[in-house]
Amino acid sequence: MLRKRGIMSLSQRQLALLLIAPGLSLVAVLFLYPLCFSLVSAFTGPEGGFSLQAFRKAFELYSGDILFTIVIVVTSCALTALAAVAIAGTLTLDENPWVVGTLRALYRWPLFIPFIVAAQCMRTFLAKNGLMNNTFVSLGLIEPLQAVSYLDWRGIIITFVWKQTPFVALLLAGALASLDRATLEAGRNLGASRLRVLIELALPQAMPTLLVALVLTFVTMLSVLSVPMMVAGSQPTMLTVDMAFRINAYGDYATANALGVITYLISAGAAVLYLRHGMAKESAP
Amino acid sequence: MSRVASLLRASLAGVLLAAFSFALIGPLANLALWSVAERWYTPYKLPVTYGTRYWEQVFRPTGDAMASLGTSVWIAVLTVVVALALSVPAGYALARLKLPMRSLFMIVFLLPQAFPSVAIYINVARIFYKLGINGTVLGVVLVHAAHGLVYSVWIAAAAFAAVDKDLELAARNIGASALRTFFTVTLPLAAPGVIASGIFVFLESLDEFTGTFFVGVPQVMTLPLLLYNAAMGGNYQVASITALILLVPSVLFMLFIERFLRADVLAKVGA
Repeated sequence: MLRKRGIMSLSQRQLALLLIAPGLSLVAVLFLYPLCFSLVSAFTGPEGGFSLQAFRKAFELYSGDILFTIVIVVTSCALTALAAVAIAGTLTLDENPWVVGTLRALYRWPLFIPFIVAAQCMRTFLAKNGLMNNTFVSLGLIEPLQAVSYLDWRGIIITFVWKQTPFVALLLAGALASLDRATLEAGRNLGASRLRVLIELALPQAMPTLLVALVLTFVTMLSVLSVPMMVAGSQPTMLTVDMAFRINAYGDYATANALGVITYLISAGAAVLYLRHGMAKESAP
Repeated sequence: MSRVASLLRASLAGVLLAAFSFALIGPLANLALWSVAERWYTPYKLPVTYGTRYWEQVFRPTGDAMASLGTSVWIAVLTVVVALALSVPAGYALARLKLPMRSLFMIVFLLPQAFPSVAIYINVARIFYKLGINGTVLGVVLVHAAHGLVYSVWIAAAAFAAVDKDLELAARNIGASALRTFFTVTLPLAAPGVIASGIFVFLESLDEFTGTFFVGVPQVMTLPLLLYNAAMGGNYQVASITALILLVPSVLFMLFIERFLRADVLAKVGA
């Protein structure tokens, strides 16, 4: 009897591995292999053998862009998180049906808008003579001469936040909606403000979802090529554009891959945060 | 006193909502304006002349845009087929079967999205070039499928996990085989989530720019690449119209997403 159960659970494990194997192999061939390729290429010198020359060149030419990329991505993520918490919190806790209804109808619009379309929208909207400045002038908020183009680092951040907030807010609102309403009501009944209920009761429970959404957002922003290329043309720019430039202009794989390794390291910070959280959850009873 | 306060509150909420709406809709409105602007230059706040000349140019059956649209949809359909064929079994294994190192496998599927992709794509392009599939539809489909797999696997796993186990047990108790239980009980109940994951993958593929930029160019010209070329070439009208075409499926999905992705499934994504 015991032996039979042992065989059965073994075959279930094998079945599970069999079912998951095709998907895993696609990831292995199209992700893990090229990843190793990029690591080897980044650490190989012109005559072969181990070398840090590519990194030296990358830092020499692009240290400004490395800093620029980190600042842009961290700022965009922070603003996205703030906006998403505000939207999801309002959707969950606001008692005014009119506000909730309008917000619910509106906030998801950019969700499935491709980055490249968002970039094209912002290229026109944020320009010196774009609809934003024109509207501000018409409303008397600014003088016509004060109108400036936002097509630089600000444009990139605005586009990223505009595009990613609905994604984070949707996942967060889903997590908040599945929380136990009674706890939240109890908090309200004990006299806590809605803001306090959101921050102290609701958000900690929805943290896993918020973290997953933010990690995905962080890496997405590090991967997007179209937005920095289209929204902010000139220097400084993001590392994605520099990599494409090294390949297309010089065929310089070593420096491009060194820049790639640097972007891996930046995203490793976000990944560590997620992994740590996952492990804490798994070890919990 | 409290009436004044609540009035203030209401007007503050109104102003915030108005600003929010402007920030959301303004960029799209500008895009729509450009698509019907035949002439629009500096001192004018709105287009000088309106017209559909550029629409006719884009929608000419022999035009680049129609060919790119066809290529894009064909690639997206193939990507969905590949991704679902891989993710339905994987999602079921992750949700229902005893899988050693489960969280490690979950993370492996996340990896293509958890790493900045440009550095990966430049090397994929190099490998594909050696294999002779650079600049082919097959190459682009493979890249899109690997990229979309995290969505399809995670959502499929969440959809399977949200299926009530008692229903499966009931089917087994009245004599259905494991396979029959899967196809008549589990899969139909998880279908909305699986369909949602398929639509996710479809849209991801349709909108994908970076991978196609490195792997597909110049032979495979998808709609996003056409949009990029038009925008960088300064043709704002064609770029805007192409962008609007890309928006149609996105808006449709947004209107219907909640029908497919219920809160109880959403809450299990990534868990």
